[in-house]
Amino acid sequence: MAYRHFEFIEKHAWTLGILTAVMVSLGGLAEILPTFVEANRVKSTAGGKPYDPLRLAGRDIYVREGCYLCHSQMIRALRFETQRYGAFSTAGESVYDRPFQWGSKRTGPDLARVGGKYSDAWQRVHLMDPRTVVPESNMPAYPWLATTRVDGTDIAARMRTLRMLGDPYTDADIAGAAGAVDGSTELDALVAYLQGLGVARESEPARTAAAASPTIAGTSP
Amino acid sequence: MQRVEVYSYEISMNDTEHYNDHVVRLFLLAATVWGIVGMLVGMFVAAQLAWPGLNLGIPWLTFSRLRPDHTFGVIFAFGGSALIGTCYYVVQRTGHVRLAWGKLATFTFWGWQLACVLAMATMPLGITQSKEYAEPEWFIDILIALVWIGFGAVFFATLARRRIRHIYVANWYYGAFIIAVGLLHVVNNLSLPVSLTKSYPIYSGVADAMVQWWYGHNAVAFFLTAGFLGMMYYFVPRQAQQPLWSYRFSIVNFWALISIYMWAGSHHLMYTALPDWVQSVGMAFSLVLLMPSWGSAANGLLTFNGSWHRLRSDPAAKFMVLALVFYAASTTEGSMMAIKTVNALSHYTDWTIAHVHSGSLGWVAMITIGSLYAMAPRALGRPAMHSNRGMELHFWLHTSGTLLYVIAMWIAGVTEGLMWRATEPDGSLTYAFIDSLLAIKPLYVVRWLGGVLIWLGMWVMAWNLWYTAADARRKIIRPVPVPIPQPVSQQTPAPLPAAG
Repeated sequence: MAYRHFEFIEKHAWTLGILTAVMVSLGGLAEILPTFVEANRVKSTAGGKPYDPLRLAGRDIYVREGCYLCHSQMIRALRFETQRYGAFSTAGESVYDRPFQWGSKRTGPDLARVGGKYSDAWQRVHLMDPRTVVPESNMPAYPWLATTRVDGTDIAARMRTLRMLGDPYTDADIAGAAGAVDGSTELDALVAYLQGLGVARESEPARTAAAASPTIAGTSP
Repeated sequence: MQRVEVYSYEISMNDTEHYNDHVVRLFLLAATVWGIVGMLVGMFVAAQLAWPGLNLGIPWLTFSRLRPDHTFGVIFAFGGSALIGTCYYVVQRTGHVRLAWGKLATFTFWGWQLACVLAMATMPLGITQSKEYAEPEWFIDILIALVWIGFGAVFFATLARRRIRHIYVANWYYGAFIIAVGLLHVVNNLSLPVSLTKSYPIYSGVADAMVQWWYGHNAVAFFLTAGFLGMMYYFVPRQAQQPLWSYRFSIVNFWALISIYMWAGSHHLMYTALPDWVQSVGMAFSLVLLMPSWGSAANGLLTFNGSWHRLRSDPAAKFMVLALVFYAASTTEGSMMAIKTVNALSHYTDWTIAHVHSGSLGWVAMITIGSLYAMAPRALGRPAMHSNRGMELHFWLHTSGTLLYVIAMWIAGVTEGLMWRATEPDGSLTYAFIDSLLAIKPLYVVRWLGGVLIWLGMWVMAWNLWYTAADARRKIIRPVPVPIPQPVSQQTPAPLPAAG
């Protein structure tokens, strides 16, 4: 382009604004739209089931407390990762995660497959005061979780919203939500969530897992 | 040489127009206060990583609840106030026109402050979307969107009224910043509310990850880069007292920068469950991005050619030069970290934190501080800042704090990366996770010390601004008349009569 073309753009605010909007939209469109199409084909690894009420409550507590700021839930397709944390994470495992909790920083270890690695009792003690079981840890203590109850009607409302977004909750699931979390503390809910992390896929044969998640990224070096 | 056209037109003497510097002063004050608040929170959470008992068992003082307050506080409250304030200043000066829609401009000030206060108050209470850098819940997002539309309207309406026909390059960057951030904010925050305090994003899993990092990366691109480049393109030539080194070079860099940045977001998701091709495209564009990044940095630095002696006497210029050096360095680092092999080592470690802070403390904060020192006396009706030695002290506190912080986190990050992948001859892993934490804990203390120095520097700036603002505080400040372009021979671009 000759300079006079740029000169025209730079003397007309509307042209400048519209061209800017076009240029900043291209990259997003090219990457996000195909990703949506691929993501729509991905089936859940957990047999198509969304989180049950107690684990959903636990997940929302995980989100509320900001655990993602120090713990990732994404085991990369790298040998030293799979060796430390278990099979690499696939797209099918986070189909019901709104928002996704892959994280970006590991001040603590990855939690994608922490389910069943420790006992419920260990998880409780650790959340109440991490340094009683891991003296060197710098994780904060979350004692207030033990004294707060999970609100059953709130969980039912949350499930209804998730159903509007496409998660397959049935009427029976929602009707039973309040009963399912009745009497549970936030600590119970969070432990239930943590103990379910990564369990569904790890128990599956590798072949089924690969077939269920077409968007496996990278290669294991 | 271009042909120069000269227009002449009549201006009546009592038709004097004044710049709207009142709203600029408000944003200047807000930026100073938020800078101190946001960095105080940063210092406090950094201290908790070294001494975890510091939250005193209080939920809303706990690291995981408070970290979003630090990032929101420094990026959107401090950076945002500085950006909007300087944008209003620059668009008036480069267009020789008073800000359009003064009441709307004042609304954007109070609206932005309200959004910041609401966000900073709700996030520690656990009212959060937990999407990095987009944590505030839906009702705050709507307020932010409204203020943003108002900001865009004031900016473009002022452009439309300009008396200088050519739109100066700083305004392209401010314009791109407004358009892109508006787009990113709306798309990434689409969600369905359950109640006032809880909502679920309409995206899940991989799609949510892609949208989030398209947002997250380009918040860096357009909030922390394009916006501050706008600041740079105005205040660097102003402070160097020289024209921009190459105007045409800035055209190439502008279009390359805004179009390439948007492709690079997926480099935050290397080796994850994101489709492999998206990761590779993200890596490729991240490498290409090095060119416009260096181009912009070079253009700024070379503008000082012939006036390097100013660095001896002008701390604002020193801030600007070091900002440009940090900009070149941290964009190089960013492109390198987007290479898959490097990313395998750096991702999830404190190297990311080092990179972010070399960009934010080195580039963003320094160009902001330099620009505020350049703008404040003019907006506050004084010939110069109250204390040159105060600026000098601030420069050294900020520089040494930034170096301490960044070097500590570089060492920590590489240590973590190497320890996590270390393998024994028999194939087993050498270290448990906790070993890596123990190895870097002393560096968390060094980082905190760096943060303390930076924070003290911000207090020096606040003190200096307070005294520089003496006339403004006593309300004896006189508004600055808009210089109506007179026919001047050899003037490029040629002025036009007022459009509105």
